[in-house]
This record gives sequence, C-alpha cells and structure tokens, in this order.
Amino acid sequence: MASNTKKAQKFDAKKSLETVEEQFQTLQILNEEGEVVNEAAMPELSDEQLQELMRRMVYTRILDQRSISLNRQGRLGFYAPTAGQEASQLASQFALEKEDFILPGYRDVPQLIWHGLPLYQAFLFSRGHFQGNQIPEGVNVISPQIIIGAQYVQAAGVALGMKKNGSKSVAITYTGDGGASQGDFYEGINFAGAFKAPAIFIVQNNRFAISTPVEKQSAAKTVAQKAVAAGIPGIQVDGMDPLAVYAAVREARERAVNGEGPTLIETLTYRYGPHTMAGDDPTRYRTSELDNEWEKKDPLVRFRKFLENKGLWNEEKENEVIEKAKEEIKEAIKKADAAPKQKVTDLMSIMFEEMPQNLKEQYEIYKAKESK
Amino acid sequence: MAQMTMIQAITDALRTELRNDPKTLVFGEDVGVNGGVFRATEGLHKEFGEDRVFDTPLAESGIGGLSIGLALTGFRPIPEIQFFGFVFEVMDSIAGQMSRARYRSGGRYNMPITVRSPFGGGVHTPELHSDSLEGLMAQTPGLKVVVPSTPYDAKGLLLSAIRDNDPVIFLEHLKLYRAFRQEVPEEEYTIPLGKADVKREGTDLSIITYGAMVHESLKAAEELEKEGHSVEVIDLRTISPLDIDTIIASVEKTGRAMVVQEAQKQAGVAANVVAEINDRAILSLEAPVLRVAAADTVYPFSQAESVWLPNYKDVIETAKKVLTF
Ligand SMILES: Cc1ncc(C[n+]2csc(CCOP(=O)(O)OP(=O)(O)O)c2C)c(N)n1
Repeated sequence: MASNTKKAQKFDAKKSLETVEEQFQTLQILNEEGEVVNEAAMPELSDEQLQELMRRMVYTRILDQRSISLNRQGRLGFYAPTAGQEASQLASQFALEKEDFILPGYRDVPQLIWHGLPLYQAFLFSRGHFQGNQIPEGVNVISPQIIIGAQYVQAAGVALGMKKNGSKSVAITYTGDGGASQGDFYEGINFAGAFKAPAIFIVQNNRFAISTPVEKQSAAKTVAQKAVAAGIPGIQVDGMDPLAVYAAVREARERAVNGEGPTLIETLTYRYGPHTMAGDDPTRYRTSELDNEWEKKDPLVRFRKFLENKGLWNEEKENEVIEKAKEEIKEAIKKADAAPKQKVTDLMSIMFEEMPQNLKEQYEIYKAKESK
Repeated sequence: MAQMTMIQAITDALRTELRNDPKTLVFGEDVGVNGGVFRATEGLHKEFGEDRVFDTPLAESGIGGLSIGLALTGFRPIPEIQFFGFVFEVMDSIAGQMSRARYRSGGRYNMPITVRSPFGGGVHTPELHSDSLEGLMAQTPGLKVVVPSTPYDAKGLLLSAIRDNDPVIFLEHLKLYRAFRQEVPEEEYTIPLGKADVKREGTDLSIITYGAMVHESLKAAEELEKEGHSVEVIDLRTISPLDIDTIIASVEKTGRAMVVQEAQKQAGVAANVVAEINDRAILSLEAPVLRVAAADTVYPFSQAESVWLPNYKDVIETAKKVLTF
C-alpha cells in the first residue's frame, strides 16, 4: 500500500487531465439578455453585417417551421429540424468566404443554402430526388452526409487539396456530439493536424444524439478538449451566441489560411424539435425543464435584444424578413414540384462515366417499363 | 398464443433470452431508454436495467469491437446496428474479426454474438438506410446470416441465433416490422438456423427467395395459380449456410426454378443459389434458372424506389418465362 501511494505521487497521470479540463472554458460574448459580456472578443462586424446575420437567423427559423409543416403534409421527405441551432449553424457559415468548402451533416442544410444552394434544391434533397444533390457550379459544398463522421475525414482531404493548390480557403465540416465519438472524427482531426491542413471542424453539441445524452458519449468533459490529443487548437463556445460562434470560426479561418492548420470548435447548443420527422419522440428522453432552460438561451431572442438596443432591429424589419421567407419558400416549393419525375434510368445513367454491360442491358428493360 | 407484429416478436425473443441467460447483453445506439429507433428493445431497459441493456457511444466500429471483447470475457452480446447501411463502419469487426476469431484461435474462442440490424427498402429513408447488403455478409466465411420474413419465424430464429456459439448476422426487413400480425406462441421455441421453409407447396415451379420478397413471391404464386400454375415458394430464412437439401428436393420435384431477391443483381445471394442448383440438379431442370433482382445501381434516391424495387409483377413476368421455356 505504502509503495503504491508513493508511486502515485511520483507519477500523477491524472494531473495532466485536470490541467486540460480546467483550460476549456466556454467562450461567450453575448449573454442571454443580449448584453456584451466580453468586449475584448467582439468580432469586427459592420452594422449591415450584424443585420444580415439576424435576417438569416429569422429566415431560417421560418424555414424550419415551414419545413416541418410541409413534412407533416407529406410535401417534404427526410427532414432534421434546426430550430435552436441558428447561431451555431448560420454564424459559423457567416464567418466563411465563398471559396471555402462546406462538408455538412444531415442537419446542416441551412449552411448550404446561405452558401449558395438554391432553396428548391434543398427541398428536392429532402424529397429524395437526385437533382437536389446536383450542386451548382461555383457553390462550394457537397450534399449532406448521412453516415455520421464520414464528412470529417473527407474535410481533411478537401483541406489538404486546398493547401496543395495554394488556395487561400478552408474546408469546414460539421457533426454532432454523437458524431464526436466516431473513429472518423478522430481520424479527421488527426489527419488535418498531421498535414497542417486548413480545416475547421465544428461539433454542434446539442446534448443529444437522437436519444443518447452527451454524458454517455465520452468520459471527456468537453468535446473541445479532444483537440489536445490531435495536437490542434480547440475551443468551446456558447453555441446560442452568434457573436461567439462567429468570432471563433473567423479566428480559426485566419489561422488556417495562414498555414497554421486546423481547429476544433465545439458549439454548445440545443435542438428544440425532434431528431428528425421520422417518428422521434423527444419526451421519451428529455424533460420539459431542460427544454425550457435552453429555450431561455435562444439565439434569436438575445441577438434581437442586442440589435434593438443598438437601434439596428425592430418588429417591422423582422416582419419583412418573415414575409419574404414565406414568399420565397412558396416559390421554391413550386419549383421543386416542377422537377421532372425521377426515373430509374436517370439513376442508371449517373452511375458510371460510361455505362457497363449489365447496366446497359437493364437500362433497356427499365426504359420499356417507364414508357408504359 | 398472441397476435404479434414482427417487431413485437423480436422484442419478445430478446426479453425471453435476457430472462433465460444472465450473460446476454443488449446494446447499441438508442436501444436503452429510447427502446431503439424502431422500438425493438422497448421496455427492456426498464426490465433488465442499465447493466444488461445499454446505449453505447455513437460508433459502430466500437460496438463491433466491444461485442468481440465481451464475447472473450464470457458474455453473449446482442448488439444492434441501427441501420444495416452503417455496416461499412463496422465491417472490420464483423468480416475481419468476429468471423475469424474461432478459426484464428484454433477453435479456442467462440464468438456467440448476434448482430441485429434493420435493412430493406420501400419506406422512403435517406441514403444508406435501406440497402440490402446481406450479400456482403453471405460472402464472408465464418458468419451465419439470417433474414426472417414472418413474426413467427423471427422469434424462433432469433432465439436460435442468440444461443448459437458462432456469430450470426440477423437482418430485419424494415417494411416487415409492422406489415402484419401473426400468431406467435408466448412460450419459447426455436427454429434451427440453416433450415429453409416451404411457405407454399406447388408442383410446376420453385421460387426460392427470402425477406420481403417472400411476400411478393407468395402474391405472385396466388396470381399464377389462377392461371393454372402450381408454384412452390421456398423461404430460405438463412442465406448462409444455405439449406441445399430443401432447395434441391423442390427443384427435383418441379423441374423449374427461379430466385428472387430485393438486392441488386450483381454477384448476389440469388446468383449463388442458381449456381448451387446448376451444380447439383441440372439434369432435373426443364428450363434455365432465372433471377428477379433489383437493378445494378446504388440503392435509389427514395423517389424512384417503388419502380426500382422488385415486386410481384416482376416475379410473375419471370415465372412465365421459366414456365413456358
Ligand atoms: C454511421 C452512422 N451511425 C448511425 C447513424 C444513425 N443516426 C443518425 S443521427 C444519429 C445521432 C446523431 O447525433 P449527433 O451526432 O449528436 O448529431 P445531431 O443529430 O444531434 O445533430 C444517429 C445515431 C448514422 N446516420 N450514421
């Protein structure tokens, strides 16, 4: 026993963990009341930019509400609700440049839209139509990843490619608190670190992976501290605070394009709705107390207060955005409705650059079926 | 007897074995408090507690490795892979490790693992949730691969799978989970692995199939009956190892055979069955053995899946070719 104690004093392996844990504090700039609590960290944003960010958050909240009701009417397919995560999603995208490349998860459709994906294509993606995934030239994104974590390793590749091309841009990728348990998560941050590739890894920690609480995902107190093992910078930010998210991503971007490698950013956030619209019931695994606690932190509420105090926002402006959103959503649905019916022969023709014998033969069979 | 859906029969089998054998463990993503995304483990966490029924971190490779480790320490793991399209994440654990553990340990270590997973098309999922990937499993020596098509079979086969000392991949077709109810005994019973079931007897043509295609084939057989054709439908139930005896006995009786699978045609389970028939019963055949399968594309974006998936009409069309050859 005595010698054991002595040993423990000599090699205190726990100490390094404690030191790391103490270092990961949450970055916040705007508190729940919309007050600036960290002036030093304030990002440089013009009044117009601040208004634009608010506009996008309001717009996206409406888009979420409409998408949910369209889904319930059977007019949209697969949909993962986004309300609650606007700051985390939109402020991080707002910190990017057009040439930056986004590798999203299934919940990250809003970032794609603000990065240039036409809304009607987002709806086609939801409906399971391949034209939703045909990203227009000049829009630097790939369609949402379904396999959790896969986008993380690919982001390391995109970032390395950018570095080899000498372009001053970054790859940004998103996953959730659950995704941060995947092997691909660790491989992605490690590869990017090893190659000093210009990547930004975002983990939107909304506390639940479907039903599984974040506490069950790992013994690590924060996701951000996982960066330490990869030898890259990591930071945890208040994901309900658009300014903190923006500041952290902007700084990570600067480092990346300066050749200093990747950053891991954990945003503490919450999804108000169900996991997806396919039968998830949050009351099975979340309490209404927790829901209420997080709704008080709402990103729109605090940013609205902040902007109103500065005289940059009012109800009229907000209503304008809401009306415009509704109008554009209606138009986009119309456009999605007008897409040609998807055929199996279409899918055959996008399989290979040149159709192999088996598909050629099957093509004729399906063509005959489809023309009936 | 109770009327059960397939998913209820599966829950029932899990509950039965959790009660019977304290070494059984049920784990995976969202299988605990939430009862699984399809509710296959509904109520089990409550009854057996966190020690026996638990959520894992989100990592399929981790779930596979954990299963192997628990098997090495005397447990009987029943992991769930939330959708079989995610199997690629755990392919090494399944096809590279647990399938070989007995062999590479010279028979020293068993792998009494039952990997349960939903698969199959027709319910408008996003990508990689509906793929029929059982062929990859059937191609892997060291694994048994089971695909039930009815509630009754599901319970009996799952109990056998769990009790089996070798790794079993147990694939549950999404569309069959709640498609219909059937009488299922409340007491325990087993259905042996590796045994096909003649779901309908006939004398003119043998349709060999499994999974959701059993029902399309049965529907086709009914239609063909109206036109005077007597069709036998064999539900493989286990696609590896195959029940060669049942297949060959049927083919020798009818002299005509075809194989129906939901998966893409290329290098599939159906191709293997055709080869086995040709190897063993070619002289009994009056016609070539044809296949009904899906097109050789990636599983389609959901808007095209109803056309892509084989159905009873395709079965009838091919059956007529075989019958009139
Ligand atoms: C490889 C893989 N495993 C499992 C799933 C099924 N699944 C979809 S979402 C999800 C939970 C994800 O949680 P998290 O990463 O925290 O992201 P969130 O949905 O909360 O945004 C699971 C298990 C999947 N899509 N891919």
